[in-house]
Amino acid sequence: MNAKRREVLKQGGGVTLLTLLAAAGWLAPGAASGQTWNKDAFETHSLDETMKALGGGAPVPSKDIQFVSTPDIAENGAVVPIGVTSTLPKTESIAILVEKNPNMLAAVFDIPAGTDPALSTRIKMGQSSNVYALVKADGKYYVASKEIKVTLGGCGG
Amino acid sequence: MADPMKIRANVVGDSTEVKVLMNHEMETGQRKDAQGKTIPAWFIQTVTATHNGKTVLAAQWGPAVAKNPFLAFKFKGGAKGDKVQITWTDSKGDKRTDEATIA
Repeated sequence: MNAKRREVLKQGGGVTLLTLLAAAGWLAPGAASGQTWNKDAFETHSLDETMKALGGGAPVPSKDIQFVSTPDIAENGAVVPIGVTSTLPKTESIAILVEKNPNMLAAVFDIPAGTDPALSTRIKMGQSSNVYALVKADGKYYVASKEIKVTLGGCGG
Repeated sequence: MADPMKIRANVVGDSTEVKVLMNHEMETGQRKDAQGKTIPAWFIQTVTATHNGKTVLAAQWGPAVAKNPFLAFKFKGGAKGDKVQITWTDSKGDKRTDEATIA
């Protein structure tokens, strides 16, 4: 019995990290009340780190992810409208990342079946930067990026 | 208790479009006050939207979401008169739930 226990532990070891990450709420669609905040993912500073914290591999660039009603030049970095749509089948979640913000990850949205993989929100940007839309579809990660220039306090246009 | 959210839900074709405007400081923890002291972070961490008890959107936010956050999304189904419920929880553990009727 003991030997078997060890075996199970050994086999289990490899998957534990992934399972934990899944349990952390990002991979599984968050339950209404039991949803937890993925602290590690929100403290990352690069795309690689974020991907690690989210439990995914390197994302594949995709043309099926589009930014909608997102400006090229944002006059006010405190309020930058961002809209993301994905035409990838089985889109499970959409994340918005800002490369030059103190912490890269801005928001993660879980998209349950029946909800359109299209949403818009407003984020803050410290300075001009690339913004990434990271989409998880059918278990794989895809990414699209857009450069947004921030002209704080200037007369826009 | 925080101020109520503004929620609008409209039937568009075969789906329901939901627009939410929340009232929240969304303090990043990066800013300093006049005395040079850091203002502690205070922001919405999780947002859940449900329709007839079914989750239609679950989000996790960082402090990089703008003050008084705006959120728009669409889900399939939903009829006039149905209720859409939005709940958020912030980093201080505060919670707020508001409800809107689909028009």
